[in-house]
Amino acid sequence: MPSLIAEATRVNDFVVKFANVNGTGSASANSLIMKAIFRMGVPVTSKNYFPSNIQGLPTWYEIRVTRDGYAARASHVDIMVAMNAETYSKDIRELRSGGYLIYDSTWPRSALLQRGDITVIPVPLAKLVNENFDGVRNRILLKNIAYAGVLAALLDVDLEVINGLLSESYGKKPKLLDSNTKALRLGYDYVKQHLSSPLPLRVEHMDKTRGHIMIDGNTAAGLGCVYAGATVGAWYPITPSTSLMDAFKGFCERYRVDAQTGERNFAVLQAEDELAAVGMVLGASWNGARAFTPTSGPGISLMNEFIGLSYYAEVPCVIFDVQRVGPSTGMPTRTQQGDIMLCAYASHGDTRHVLLFPANPEECFYMAVQAFDLAERLQTPVFVLSDLDIGMNDWMCPDLKWDDAYKPDRGKVLSKQDLDGLEKFYRYLDRDDDAIPYRTLPGTSSKGAYFTRGSGHNQYGGYTEDSAEYQVVLDRLKRKFTTAAKYVPKPVLIGKGTHAVGIVSIGSCDGAIREALDVLAQQKIDVDYLRVKAFPFNSDVEAFLKSHSTIFVVEQNRDGQMKSLLTLETAVDKSKLHSILSYSGLPISAQPIVDEIRAKLAEAPRLAAVPR
Amino acid sequence: MSYINKPKVAHPSLPTNSLGLTRRQYEGSMSTLCAGCGHDSVTAAIVEACWGLSLQPEQLVKLSGIGCSSKTTAYFVGGSHGFNSVHGRMPSIASGANAANRGLTYVGISGDGDSLSIGIGQLVHAIRRNVNMLYLIENNGVYGLTKGQFSASADVGTKAKRGETNSSPPIDPVLLALTLGATFVARSFSGDKAQLVPLIQAGMRHNGFALIDVLSPCVTFNDHEGSTKSYGFTREHYHAAVEADFVPRAEEIAVNYPEGEAIPVSLHDGSRVVLRKLDPSYDPKDRTAAYHYIENKLKQNEYVTGLIHIDEADNTEFHNLNRTAKTPLNSIPFEKLSPGSATLHKLMTRYR
Repeated sequence: MPSLIAEATRVNDFVVKFANVNGTGSASANSLIMKAIFRMGVPVTSKNYFPSNIQGLPTWYEIRVTRDGYAARASHVDIMVAMNAETYSKDIRELRSGGYLIYDSTWPRSALLQRGDITVIPVPLAKLVNENFDGVRNRILLKNIAYAGVLAALLDVDLEVINGLLSESYGKKPKLLDSNTKALRLGYDYVKQHLSSPLPLRVEHMDKTRGHIMIDGNTAAGLGCVYAGATVGAWYPITPSTSLMDAFKGFCERYRVDAQTGERNFAVLQAEDELAAVGMVLGASWNGARAFTPTSGPGISLMNEFIGLSYYAEVPCVIFDVQRVGPSTGMPTRTQQGDIMLCAYASHGDTRHVLLFPANPEECFYMAVQAFDLAERLQTPVFVLSDLDIGMNDWMCPDLKWDDAYKPDRGKVLSKQDLDGLEKFYRYLDRDDDAIPYRTLPGTSSKGAYFTRGSGHNQYGGYTEDSAEYQVVLDRLKRKFTTAAKYVPKPVLIGKGTHAVGIVSIGSCDGAIREALDVLAQQKIDVDYLRVKAFPFNSDVEAFLKSHSTIFVVEQNRDGQMKSLLTLETAVDKSKLHSILSYSGLPISAQPIVDEIRAKLAEAPRLAAVPR
Repeated sequence: MSYINKPKVAHPSLPTNSLGLTRRQYEGSMSTLCAGCGHDSVTAAIVEACWGLSLQPEQLVKLSGIGCSSKTTAYFVGGSHGFNSVHGRMPSIASGANAANRGLTYVGISGDGDSLSIGIGQLVHAIRRNVNMLYLIENNGVYGLTKGQFSASADVGTKAKRGETNSSPPIDPVLLALTLGATFVARSFSGDKAQLVPLIQAGMRHNGFALIDVLSPCVTFNDHEGSTKSYGFTREHYHAAVEADFVPRAEEIAVNYPEGEAIPVSLHDGSRVVLRKLDPSYDPKDRTAAYHYIENKLKQNEYVTGLIHIDEADNTEFHNLNRTAKTPLNSIPFEKLSPGSATLHKLMTRYR
């Protein structure tokens, strides 16, 4: 039995990382452990680091057990389940001093034991599984379940809870249920018989996940589209947005198919490319359906021309950009917030677009609904800027709720009756002095017929090359963006709002920042935090920038795109803004934020002084 | 300019269709194309076809991309919605619009540049998707708005206005559509209204993607000696294989063809197309044979015109395959689309 390095017991606060080979079925074993801990009432985060590949390359899965309910990735690993010989040396390096390495000792690796400050836990997994099961594929799959059993014993995960999960998954397939239960038990019993357990790092029942779910942002966004009443989805497959349309389609097949006739109240069009996908969205939205397309950065690059048409011809359009690492093809399976500037000003000419920044899957659900309301109210493209971390990882969120009193905001659409009461219909006239014109749908009435075009047009909807007429429309579009600032969701303020130092951030940085605020508060550094939820920035953003003398802009890209947008679109003094950037492709964690803020304030203590 | 309105006055004796509308009421704004442009004749044929079908103007949706041809959607049926989108991308707008409301009649007007170069990908996939629409290519072999460059439909050996000879092989939209399995493929000439009008009517009523390639000479850049898309050349090398008469539902009984001469094809809405073969060896229902026939004639510099291929029995139309609700998607009440709070509450257990 290996000697365990003495460590104080740490309950419900540690990180387990699984190093696997992709395509071996490890995901189900990993999420089995994650779900079991969650069901024990203990908050968890889960991060999947996977290759852009189908089979054979390294993949990692990280579970952070966090009794405090932090949502961010931790920047250390306490327990490494090393199942990929190819990455052993990298994986062992990543372990924190005092950590544990679990590995398959069927093939002993003395080189692994070279680090003196960790505990190596050898388990002959392949041997155990091969002795008990037949079939190559079967053995590979069940080895994963066996290490889940090992972890269950080491971490004191409730075996009943795990068995409950297994019966839910394989309840209808008794053979599979039997083999999985047996494999789980193999690993579990091995630990109980040969090792001391549980480890000082372990799990205990809590009651902090009641009323919560584990869901990924793409599923939540797809569900949001269903609830928003979207009927047309058009897309071209691209990682990491694909699962959004898969979810939409799946939910539609469940909720939108007439039981009697088999008729479908939705249409999903898999387009030939992203240009066509967004074109379909424009065509469908123009024709009165709620339509959307999910994509990622490279797709946005391709969609630029149509985005400009949507802006100028004032056709509603909802685009989900699940951001990944750029530039170019970049790292398709890693996360970033690198499309902020691209989306804010997409397409040639003077264009500015509405952006929403969900911070987690829960917001993906609600913002999906908001996006349609905004796009139809404002008759313009609306981007939901999610990212791979939110979109593809399971996050702990409060249960999604729906208000049955919700009525979709379809915006200013004239009916036949409305048109009958009008002397004449003019498409681009600002009748209500809010810079939003009225539109009509094809098929309504020939009195409402007009010609939609991306070429120069006047406020009556006619073609023009007249400078003054052109400018009337362009100036109104600018005013419409001011109107948009009143409709978009307000930012979230954490803190009193009266400190000298502030953080401004967006989207998936939220978890890391909230955690950093706690750490900073323990160190008597008080910081206000404003999470911007949308562009255009409304007056609350402007006020926060004005009232703080030192502002850290935290974001996940190299060039400080949000900081740039703030300097371009607000009156903020640029010298007050300091970037804290994370662009490794891994989700941002709290520690670097704490370190950078402390370093900056130490270097210039006056920065922390309350102004005036 | 297209915003100049034509005078509203119409002579009281103008004939009306079953809706009581005159042909004038199917016109649009003034054409801004060159005098004598083939496209204006096509526009006139569309006006005639819509009037003849007694189409409610608001039931028509006009779609186009960019180019001379794409401008023409403003010149017919002013009482219907039009969407002049971006270059080569009209098929995606049409696909989305059609997905949202299957109840309207969709007509897309494109050109050889718009369809065969920048937009060939979208054309190909709209055919594959079998979107229920009439897709009309006004084919003149040149880029007009940018002053006379060869397009992808220019024939080998044809001469540009400035004397340059084209050496790249042409893409023929008819052969392309046949290859892709289009269920309605026709070719015509802007100068032959008698042939074109029933083709447009049948194409509008066909349940699926209907492609009509219309040779439509460019008087400014491609109507000279040495051009294979000039009025003169087209008239001489134009070879009608199949004549098609469109028979609206109401008139069905009145039309009588001697047996043996005519092939009637029933369209899904109850109207009919009656095909009359001018070449006895030709079978418009046999796609493979049609392909070889057209290809052989093209080698001899002959444009085969008429309703080249029709397959009304095909049920691969987009909504048929998708099993979309009969009620247009844009008209389904919100309550039927949004599953409600109780369902969401129940669904949450899946994520615990």
